Amino acid sequence: MSRIEPRNLHLTQISPEAPAVEVRDLTKRFRKGKRIRRFGPRIMNTVLDRVTFTVERGECIAILGQNGSGKSTLVRLLSTLLINDGGSAHVFGFDVFTEPRNVRRLVNRVSVEASFFKKMSANENLSYAARFYGMRSEETKRAIPEILDRVGFPNARLNDSMEHLSRGMQQKVALARALLTSPVLLLLDEPTTGLDPRSKLEVQEFIAKVRFEHDATVILCTHDMNEAEKLADRIGILDEGVLLVLEPAEDLKRRYEADTLEAAFFAATGKSLEEDEAEVDDD
Amino acid sequence: MKGPASTLRAELIGLYGVVERNVYLTRRYWVWEFAFFIWTIANTLTIVFIAKGVEASGVSIDVNRQATILLVGGVIWSYLGIIFEILTETVAWERWEGTIEYTFMAPLSRIVHLGGMGVFAIIYGVVRSALLFGVVAFFFNLTMPNADFLAALFVLAVASISFMGLGMMTAVLPLISPEKGAQLGFIAQGMLLVVSGIYYPVSVLPEPMQWLAKISPATYALEGIRDAILEGRGVSQMWGEIVPLFIIGIITIPLGMAIFDRGERYAKQHGKLKRSG
Ligand SMILES: Nc1ncnc2c1ncn2[C@@H]1O[C@H](COP(=O)(O)OP(=O)(O)O)[C@@H](O)[C@H]1O
Ligand SMILES: [Mg+2]
Repeated sequence: MSRIEPRNLHLTQISPEAPAVEVRDLTKRFRKGKRIRRFGPRIMNTVLDRVTFTVERGECIAILGQNGSGKSTLVRLLSTLLINDGGSAHVFGFDVFTEPRNVRRLVNRVSVEASFFKKMSANENLSYAARFYGMRSEETKRAIPEILDRVGFPNARLNDSMEHLSRGMQQKVALARALLTSPVLLLLDEPTTGLDPRSKLEVQEFIAKVRFEHDATVILCTHDMNEAEKLADRIGILDEGVLLVLEPAEDLKRRYEADTLEAAFFAATGKSLEEDEAEVDDD
Repeated sequence: MKGPASTLRAELIGLYGVVERNVYLTRRYWVWEFAFFIWTIANTLTIVFIAKGVEASGVSIDVNRQATILLVGGVIWSYLGIIFEILTETVAWERWEGTIEYTFMAPLSRIVHLGGMGVFAIIYGVVRSALLFGVVAFFFNLTMPNADFLAALFVLAVASISFMGLGMMTAVLPLISPEKGAQLGFIAQGMLLVVSGIYYPVSVLPEPMQWLAKISPATYALEGIRDAILEGRGVSQMWGEIVPLFIIGIITIPLGMAIFDRGERYAKQHGKLKRSG
């Protein structure tokens, strides 16, 4: 299978040395609920607290964390959907907060909920989305069936409206949408949460395959220890907005003198990941 | 240089994508489109019947002329409704479907994104309004012997620049207030039309409302279109309407853009893009 070149690279002139992602002391706060008194101070909730890490090109890292630990907030910051309250983030040398246009060309994302126009078909949803990345109809007519085929989406259902597709099927379309624009940085926010075991496996296999074919850098936020261990070069633990560690699974286990990742996670945070495994909640 | 040229090309493809998406949606929701169109026709009929009603009450009026004046008002009301609704949907509908984050993280500049929504809104609005006008005029057997329809269309086109600018301003409301934004859009549309002489001359309004009428693009649009259809005035005889419309347009588009930009920054600062609340 041919390697697909990232689009528009000539536009953005990526610096050759810059790491794929460089995050320094990244901090994000949200207002928490209503004011206690009118004009009283707002209570702020620090959702990410001075998060620092670097991801090399072509690397895949996994971020493990309970619901509410700040995984989605990190992904949104890197996708230019939120503005930081401190620290910095660079993607291939571009400042995420001052040069968002350059970053947007390089990044795409799959989130836990599929997020499509439900009455429109997979084909229609992917077509217009690709247009936003500068892909013409001639390109998408060929590329959409091809990429959907590769994620294991049956071509016969190309024109069915999204609302008639199973969740597993929808998630494959979401993956296809992200890959269609050939991102060099792929942000996966719990891409397999809530999928049936078979779809889960298929999606995981595809992520592994795609990493090499596209030469993409991947940040995978997940609940699933096996998924993290299977797919990622390094594993990070995010606990209440603090990134505790980021290192290969073996080192992680050694550090916490644990046999399994579960045990290491528990030793690091005092919490278990399994207890909220079933929830499909993006908040 | 290759850079700017291919950026422009990518933006134009993006603009096409925005229009394309709206075409898909219109097609998928055609039953709604149909129902909504029938509703608009019924609504406009009720207004145009007022001319007949006044005559029946014994007042002597030129029914054909009055009916045409009311019809123009009804058509502009529905046209403006379409423009505002589509532009406000930019945020509101996408938030509802959950696609908003994907659209806002795409490398498409916001002006082209909103511009694409505006272009679709205008094309769609013109087609719908022309149909509405035709159906109701046919129903009442209205005659417009002097009408210069091209001039009327030209006035509408120029006015649409300002309508788009105003639409951008109301589009920002759902961005900063996910619960209340869409409602405020409706209020803005109603206020705009009530001061603009939609079914009556501006001169009947209380004075403060007349001041507002002077800065409302809908005032000039209604006047210009009525002049073109009733008196057969051509474009060259309507600078009094066209120049103010141009000026308001040149102000409202950048202003609308700037306001939207501020709203977007606010939403990104406080996490309002996606989450409700
Ligand atoms: N837009 C937002 N506004 C206010 N609070 C938010 C917003 N997004 C996330 N939060 C809060 O930030 C914390 C982290 O959320 P999130 O990043 O979604 O965690 P995760 O993805 O790990 O489950 C939670 O307490 C959540 O309630
Ligand atoms: Mg999450």
